[in-house]
Amino acid sequence: MKNEFKVIADLIEKDKKVLDVGCADGTLMKFLKENKNVNIRGLEISKEKVQECIAKGLTVIEGNAEKDLQQFPDKSFDYVVLSQTLQAFLNPELVLDELLRVGKRAIVTIPNFGYWKVRFHLLFKGTMPITKTLPDEWYNTPNLHMCTIKDFFYFVKSKEIKIFKSLALNNINTSLINSNNLGIKNLFADLGIFLIEK
Amino acid sequence: MNTEKNIKTLIIKKPLKLDCGKTIKDFPIAYETYGSLNSKKDNAILVFHALTGDQFVTGTNPVTKKDGWWSYAVGPNKAIDTNKYFVICSNVIGGCMGSYGPSHKDSDQNIFGTNFPVITINDMVNAQYNLLEHFGINQLFSIAGGSMGGMQVLQFISNFPDKSKTVIPIATTSSHSAQNIAFNELGRQAITADSDWKNGNYTSNKTNPGKGLAVARMAAHITYLSKKGLQEKFGRKLQEREDLKFGFDADFQIESYLRYQGSVFVDRFDANSYLYITRAMDYFDLSKQFKGNLSDAFINTKAKFFIISFTSDWLYPTQENKDIVIALNSIGADVGFVEIESDKGHDSFLLDVPDFLNALKNFLDKSYDEK
Repeated sequence: MKNEFKVIADLIEKDKKVLDVGCADGTLMKFLKENKNVNIRGLEISKEKVQECIAKGLTVIEGNAEKDLQQFPDKSFDYVVLSQTLQAFLNPELVLDELLRVGKRAIVTIPNFGYWKVRFHLLFKGTMPITKTLPDEWYNTPNLHMCTIKDFFYFVKSKEIKIFKSLALNNINTSLINSNNLGIKNLFADLGIFLIEK
Repeated sequence: MNTEKNIKTLIIKKPLKLDCGKTIKDFPIAYETYGSLNSKKDNAILVFHALTGDQFVTGTNPVTKKDGWWSYAVGPNKAIDTNKYFVICSNVIGGCMGSYGPSHKDSDQNIFGTNFPVITINDMVNAQYNLLEHFGINQLFSIAGGSMGGMQVLQFISNFPDKSKTVIPIATTSSHSAQNIAFNELGRQAITADSDWKNGNYTSNKTNPGKGLAVARMAAHITYLSKKGLQEKFGRKLQEREDLKFGFDADFQIESYLRYQGSVFVDRFDANSYLYITRAMDYFDLSKQFKGNLSDAFINTKAKFFIISFTSDWLYPTQENKDIVIALNSIGADVGFVEIESDKGHDSFLLDVPDFLNALKNFLDKSYDEK
């Protein structure tokens, strides 16, 4: 399992109710269910992935986060997880608002466009950056709204969303982000993980 | 139709008050079972049939000599694995495969016909609940059914919230739409317009409204298929002829197919039962039973739901299935949902659709392992 999921799992206490938005093949869900006794649901748009989740015995709803989060009541989950998908929505702000309405807290991870390899790629190669967390070409990427750790940090602050914990991930290294080291983390982390609440 | 042999019946002694206000008692429920009930009695699955189904879910139907209606899904090693689960299915009341219905006789030994009380989906499941007592089952492992079977699934868990661990409504709705009612009315009008229907007393008049019933079936059959499916299977292909005949015989294969479907149907189904069962479907509106709030229908159950719809089903479209998912999510119920890609229309749940059968099998087997 990828390091990102281990970090997410560490943020969630035992016996909680969790919604994994864009749960893909259910890897994180299965881990949380088995190791944290979490009551977990998934929302996934791909029929194929939904089938994989069902085969793992996971409760998953086929649907689209931009429309289908509406059906969940306010604060009906302890945690709502959104892993590396925010930038792929037509309206990320609306999705973020919905995550924080449905969940008491949300865990959002974003591929960092401010990562030095991304910057170098654009600067020296002059083509759209391709990295481990951004593997697609410009013409087939699902990503519509790329942002940096700094962008996201300022964005949630401007929305008066409370940040409980923000973590920078670089391969297997995890470190805390705060307003003092934001510039450095924005350069050296390829992934940002935010535990937020509104 | 009236073959008494091979039909197991349970006589329900207890009076059952019907929604129409009448009470019935000492009435038969015809049922069939597959697989065996384990010693803990926790492996039973109650399957509910659709409009024209019956208790013979799988194997060879002893009356029609055809394959059971859910042979693709139910049987040894199949999605509903009868090596593992004990499957029970009964003919709905109002039906014509042995359960109490309009072809039965009243206390004066006259055939009921249209004097049979109008029944509802609620009445059907209340009658079938007696099977649990008969088998000494405290809690079913699952209840499953498609179309009208799905309506019974929803009504059953609403009436008996702790009587099933898992709940599988398939290609169904919580409330019959105007379009659904319209198609059913078309079928009923076809039957009652047949001069041989004789106000429902065709048996005593020694007639049979077969033409009307066949037309009803033909119209309904179209609603079970998708436009794409029909086009791919039949297109404009001609029936055993080189060219158009400029007449009204079946020039096209689709015409011939529908005529055949109509003709075989009248051999196995009772016209009055068709009226009664379609009426029960039309009257089905689960949210109305809870003052317009569908969620309240499920507020008392801890069961795990798995709802399945099909992309090309325009009779009970995905949105109507999703409405049930939404009602369940809004009360934090345990619900999974998948829409299966298929061009086989509403009938997909009866056919060999591997994605559907795999999802059904995985859901059941994983849930059974966890319980």
